[in-house]
Amino acid sequence: MPTLAHYLVVSGLLFAIGLGGVLLRRNILIIFMGLELMLNAANLSLVAFSRFNLLPADGMPNYNAQVLVFFIITVAAAEVAVGLAIIVALFRAKQTTHVEDLNTLKF
Amino acid sequence: MQLALFWLFSILMLAFALGVILLRNPVSSAMSLVMSFISLAAVFVTLDAYFIAVVQVLVYAGAVMVLFLFIIMLLDLRAEKRRRVRLSAWLGGGIVVGGFLSALSQIVVSLPALHVPKPDVSQPLANDVALVGFALFRNFNLPFQIIGVLLLVATVGVVLLSRKELK
Repeated sequence: MPTLAHYLVVSGLLFAIGLGGVLLRRNILIIFMGLELMLNAANLSLVAFSRFNLLPADGMPNYNAQVLVFFIITVAAAEVAVGLAIIVALFRAKQTTHVEDLNTLKF
Repeated sequence: MQLALFWLFSILMLAFALGVILLRNPVSSAMSLVMSFISLAAVFVTLDAYFIAVVQVLVYAGAVMVLFLFIIMLLDLRAEKRRRVRLSAWLGGGIVVGGFLSALSQIVVSLPALHVPKPDVSQPLANDVALVGFALFRNFNLPFQIIGVLLLVATVGVVLLSRKELK
């Protein structure tokens, strides 16, 4: 049987992969995909905690965590929509999605 | 059996996640992301979270990925050209990611409470959707409605952002 440690390690690895993508890739769309991976890693650890910490009252999983995951998925969908609209507006203005070419705000 | 399925889908998920950040062509990255999300849904099933698994497939593998692919095709992105590797980015990324992983592994090794097997639930979890629904509409009714307003604001914002001329 997998233990909570298994799920936390897998979730941490997924988060690390997403973080590495955000830090190392230069295409703004791939950076966005790295953000999605990190959000999913958080979701995985939340669901794992919910399943492994049964409520003492009725012996069922703690569904508050799953509701929180549901909200995170909703917010992530809204975030993707707004972010991609911003990327399209950016591409129209600058004709690029490469973060090194977008240095207008750089000090 | 459950352990084998857990490892199968976890390794698939991590391999496709690596594909997202290593592949040069944005379309291949997006396809890897779809597979990673679907494998993550399977991992959710091993945790008896059926509702979350279905929502994961519907929202992420369905809606979000269509949006990503649509934008990639719309912008007509080619495979990224190899540019000079920036040592500072790799060094910084390596330090941050390595530090995070080592801290996590230390915590996982040092806490014996994390190594207990999955406890059995008192009732069968066949009506998972109903249980999530009760929690959502009883305890979290106000946040649920606020999230509806958030989606409305996001929709209005997207329409405003994608107008032809941004003032």
